[in-house]
Amino acid sequence: MTEAYSFAYLDESTKRMIRRTLLKALAVPGYQVPFASREMPMPYGWGTGGVQVTAACLVPEDVLKVIDQGADDTTNAVSIRRFFQRTAGVAVTEHTTEASLIQTRHRIPEAPLKEGQILIYQVPIPEPLRFLEPRESETRKMHALEEYGLMHVKLYEDIARHGAIATSYGYPVKVEGRYVMDPSPIPKFDNPKLSGNPAIQLFGAGRESRIHALPPYTRVVNLDFEDHPFEPTKADAACDLCGATTSYLDEVIMDDAGGRMFCCSDTDFCATRRAAGHAGRLAPGGEAA
Amino acid sequence: MEDPLSGGFADAPVQAARAFRAALEAMARPGRMQRLAGATPPAPLSVAAGTLLLTLVDDTTPLYLAPGHQGAALRDWIAFHCAAPLCAPEEAVFALGRWEGLPLERFRLGTPEYPDRSVTLIVEPPALAPQNAQLSGPGIATVQAAQLPETAAFEANRARFPLGFDAFFCAGDQAFALPRSTRVEAL
Ligand SMILES: [Zn+2]
Repeated sequence: MTEAYSFAYLDESTKRMIRRTLLKALAVPGYQVPFASREMPMPYGWGTGGVQVTAACLVPEDVLKVIDQGADDTTNAVSIRRFFQRTAGVAVTEHTTEASLIQTRHRIPEAPLKEGQILIYQVPIPEPLRFLEPRESETRKMHALEEYGLMHVKLYEDIARHGAIATSYGYPVKVEGRYVMDPSPIPKFDNPKLSGNPAIQLFGAGRESRIHALPPYTRVVNLDFEDHPFEPTKADAACDLCGATTSYLDEVIMDDAGGRMFCCSDTDFCATRRAAGHAGRLAPGGEAA
Repeated sequence: MEDPLSGGFADAPVQAARAFRAALEAMARPGRMQRLAGATPPAPLSVAAGTLLLTLVDDTTPLYLAPGHQGAALRDWIAFHCAAPLCAPEEAVFALGRWEGLPLERFRLGTPEYPDRSVTLIVEPPALAPQNAQLSGPGIATVQAAQLPETAAFEANRARFPLGFDAFFCAGDQAFALPRSTRVEAL
């Protein structure tokens, strides 16, 4: 039982603990399983929950992709990718289709995921009922008793006040008709991809020490109302770089004069389209209109 | 082969990582067979069950051994490689044995507030074929056929959801899982 060196940073007993937690999370989809979260060599805001789940799941054969709000090249994404290159020796990629394991903050990739892939979310606050009830002991009871009426009241108050449900990130869902779950702060545009996904989806909250999971093909339903059905909204525009009309867009301010552009939040999706010859309004050499 | 010091992982961090990945896929896709290898445990333990023990079980997870899996060679091997305290069914985090030897009514099934505090069964059926059950639910696109020792216990387990036990079924170096979320029908 020699454990002289570690693979993927964490020691073997910590990985066993996280692995047992992950199996229970898969067995009870949408339920938040407590685990003994460890200090990681990065600040909490950098997704230590996701990093611990990734460390527990990685094998040397993995091809790892890390995205932060859809982008592979932010400081956060680059640091996490380098961390696992160094501690686990895994290959890395920016291409969604080539990755076996994807760690993400706040987005689901545009390219459809497939069997054999694992999507690991960094989660800041895993408890969807937290803003209604700050006490953990009480939210636990509410989940146990399926007491989700207050959640519906809150959403309905939004409609009364704004004419629509105002929540646009981390829109709450119900998993297999049982647990109400927070999908992490993904835009609600991404919510439909949670349901029936062929990939395994794992959610790690480091500071809050919780893991939850969606097995493949799990039924995930957005909480809504008959007269105000859920709508996966995005900016009503096309990507100015690749011309895509179906992807989630970021709005970017270009100059002091208030010039702005829209571009795909998923940088790999956008680059892949441009490489295939698609061009948007502002693409170099693209059509000018 | 009766040396309890042998039969563990030669390269624990990497072999445990690969074995866990197979276990994760198994629990995520109920009824679908995965290869679980790396351990060479003493009889009557299968390679897959031994590999699961090395991957998931340690001194923090009390283990129940069913009759037929209580021999000295196996106990010594578990003591050396996992250091798991052996316990009564009521305290078990993991339980190992043949289906007939597992006292289902005595295991922990979790509580309404903590349904994760429930036993995981590692079951060694004589074979994993022919198939006698049809599975559906989370992890399964449409339906999945499986060979189960019976179906009534699993229908009752699903009816208690979110409480319940979760199980791995092992034979040779093959295993599949059956979480409590799976709906089971006799074929
Ligand atoms: Zn684009």
